[in-house]
Amino acid sequence: MKQMTELDYLGLPPAKKKLYSIGRFFAAIPGWLLNLLKKIPQGFKKFFCGIGRFFKGIGTIFKEGDFKTRLSFIIMGFGQFFRRQIGRGIIFLFMEAVFIYYMVCFGFGYLKDMGTLGTEAVTKTLNKYGLEVLTYKDNSLKILLYGVLTIFIIIGFIWTWVINIRQNALAQKLIEEGVRPKSFKQDVKSLGDEQYYKTLLAVPLLGIVIFTVIPIFFMILIAFTNYDYSHLPPEKLFGWVGFENFRTMLATDVSGSSKFSFTFREILIWTMIWALVATFSNYFLGMFIAICINKKGIKFKKVFRTILVMTIAVPQFVSLLLVSKMFADEGIVNSILQKLSIISDKIGFMTTPTLAKIMVLVINLWVGIPYLMLITTGVLMNIPADLYESAKIDGASGIKQFTKITLPYMLFVTGPYLLTSFTANINNFNVIYLLTAGAPKTMAYEGGAGQTDLLITWLYTLTMTNNDYKMAAVIGILVFLVVAVISLIVYNLSPAMKNEEDFQ
Amino acid sequence: MSAENKKTKFKSKSRRERVSRIIIYVFLTLLCLIWMIPFFYLIFQAFRGESKSMVTYVFPKEWSLNNFKILFNDTNFLSWYKNTLIIALFNAVLQTVIVLSVAYALSRMRFKGRKLLMNFMLILGMFPGFLSMIATYFILKLIGLTSENAVPGLILIYAASSGMGYYIAKGFFDTIPKSLDEAARIDGASRSRVFFRIIMPMAKPIIIYTIMMAFIAPWGDFMYASLISFGHEEAYNVAVGLYKWLDKEHINNYFTVFCAGGLFVSVPVTVLFMALQRYYVEGVTGGAVKG
Repeated sequence: MKQMTELDYLGLPPAKKKLYSIGRFFAAIPGWLLNLLKKIPQGFKKFFCGIGRFFKGIGTIFKEGDFKTRLSFIIMGFGQFFRRQIGRGIIFLFMEAVFIYYMVCFGFGYLKDMGTLGTEAVTKTLNKYGLEVLTYKDNSLKILLYGVLTIFIIIGFIWTWVINIRQNALAQKLIEEGVRPKSFKQDVKSLGDEQYYKTLLAVPLLGIVIFTVIPIFFMILIAFTNYDYSHLPPEKLFGWVGFENFRTMLATDVSGSSKFSFTFREILIWTMIWALVATFSNYFLGMFIAICINKKGIKFKKVFRTILVMTIAVPQFVSLLLVSKMFADEGIVNSILQKLSIISDKIGFMTTPTLAKIMVLVINLWVGIPYLMLITTGVLMNIPADLYESAKIDGASGIKQFTKITLPYMLFVTGPYLLTSFTANINNFNVIYLLTAGAPKTMAYEGGAGQTDLLITWLYTLTMTNNDYKMAAVIGILVFLVVAVISLIVYNLSPAMKNEEDFQ
Repeated sequence: MSAENKKTKFKSKSRRERVSRIIIYVFLTLLCLIWMIPFFYLIFQAFRGESKSMVTYVFPKEWSLNNFKILFNDTNFLSWYKNTLIIALFNAVLQTVIVLSVAYALSRMRFKGRKLLMNFMLILGMFPGFLSMIATYFILKLIGLTSENAVPGLILIYAASSGMGYYIAKGFFDTIPKSLDEAARIDGASRSRVFFRIIMPMAKPIIIYTIMMAFIAPWGDFMYASLISFGHEEAYNVAVGLYKWLDKEHINNYFTVFCAGGLFVSVPVTVLFMALQRYYVEGVTGGAVKG
């Protein structure tokens, strides 16, 4: 679209103004995407430059280091011992010793097995009575798990090694300048002061690495194996299969023997529809109700609010399971409708595919509106009252006030929240699983999936009932990609998310 | 415009206002009724004396406490309840400590790799939680914290992964002026002293919010608890235990017992929530606005 000058724009009639700004919005999208694409090679370049600088830094340390520093490259903590930093030296030396002991005794063995994930699961031997005895030998799962742990231990060790070298270089420089490097006592003290963040973050980050990072890494690897119900350790082995699982899942040839790709596509579409509708229906209805409650002259504000908030307080597994039973074929809703002779046959609220989808969306309103009501109430209170005053003086109607003041303000302030709730809805396990558990099931789908299953609930069924871990891992990775791409785009589009310091 | 004309116009406007107000009252009342129906239904079913299956009417013909008697005497409910309570108490302490430390470090201190760390946690958060759970299960199994030991296992993983939920607390810390810290540091207070003596007393709302959320979350967790305690009924939490009673085999004998159990779980949690509602609203609105 052709760029217009400010004056031209102001001269346009209102309807055209609107059209123009809408057109400009869409015309700008390719530019944003292009910018995004441009950022990717830049990111790579930055990444590789960073790596290059890192090695160069270590090289210069070696070149400029004295013998103490150089020897510390092999014997960690050596330099520290001779620079009166005995406490640090002992810690580094101890870590190196433990690492070497671990690698020699276990680590190398685990890493070696990683290549094949085991060659023999069970051996049959005859005991002295001539009976067959089974002995379990290689367990692919343990091999993979120990291998991953070893890889992380190696990464951790390399990291400490780099810290060791850098500290040596720093101490050397300080001594050359005539400053005494910090003693162990000062080190400990600084952990409560300048380096307090280390104390604060150590335990939480350790927890995240062990129980989030390592598991995710492990499951990404599982996606490249054939670990499923027919390859369950310890009786059977599983091995590497490369990208085969991804090929099965993303195959374009739907007529093939496996319906995984078809199922995946259908469920992905439903997940997206679900996330969109659930997010926006909650958002607008929640906002509407908040406006109603906060309207001037309405009494019992607190009562209304409290009753709605009850649904947040009651654990979802109680309320949602109960609601799902109320709408079941034999449930109370059908019974009452029949008693009142409104219907003659039972309505399959949760058993007919389309109706079930509508029902979960509607019931999700019941769950979600109270949250949105609370959030929007908070924001509504913050809209400057004089905006409304002046609008009223200018004769703006209630609807006009809403579309011109309330809505833009709300969208601006709660934009980030909309994104997080969209991604949270993609992974909304509780509502779907407790309401329908994915039912109604259909033969057209593979892997025990049902019509209302989201990707996350399908992932759950695949692991818990079908033991199809490889496919579950593939789905997990794909869900991550979907969420990451959406977030990346939105983050780049919204300026508010970039500058966290602006708020301070 | 004559004075009379003006008067009628004024009147008509106020009438319109009144009508719209009445419409809103009716709408809100209706809404509240809809929102309350499931809870009333739960109460009626929990106290129903006759027939333990689902029935075609709402109001019980015979009120009794029989369902609660069955719940406490004939089922594992009490041990589930105990498990959940223990998990919730531990989680309230551990998660609060972890969340507040991470939030403070990221909000107040500037160090190398801070931005990287925040982006990293953001990306980690984009993986579906259950994906990592499968591997976490194997890790827990290695150290023997699954099935019969599911309670310490669950405490461990809730606490371990809680570091990533620092956003709301960080948003709160960000709003406390930095000049306070700086003034104290000029007077010679160390970072840790600033944290405990200056920030903590001011952060009471967010501490209460964090404790409350950490305490309430385990009561509703189904996904992780069902995996970690798989196959060992004694170690279930309330959600997993009660869920079983609504499947096809059990529902005819356990529906009202489920309702009794649900009520018994909901009441304390709801009362706590309602009592601390103010802090919840502050936390959730602040968090949403800050993103």
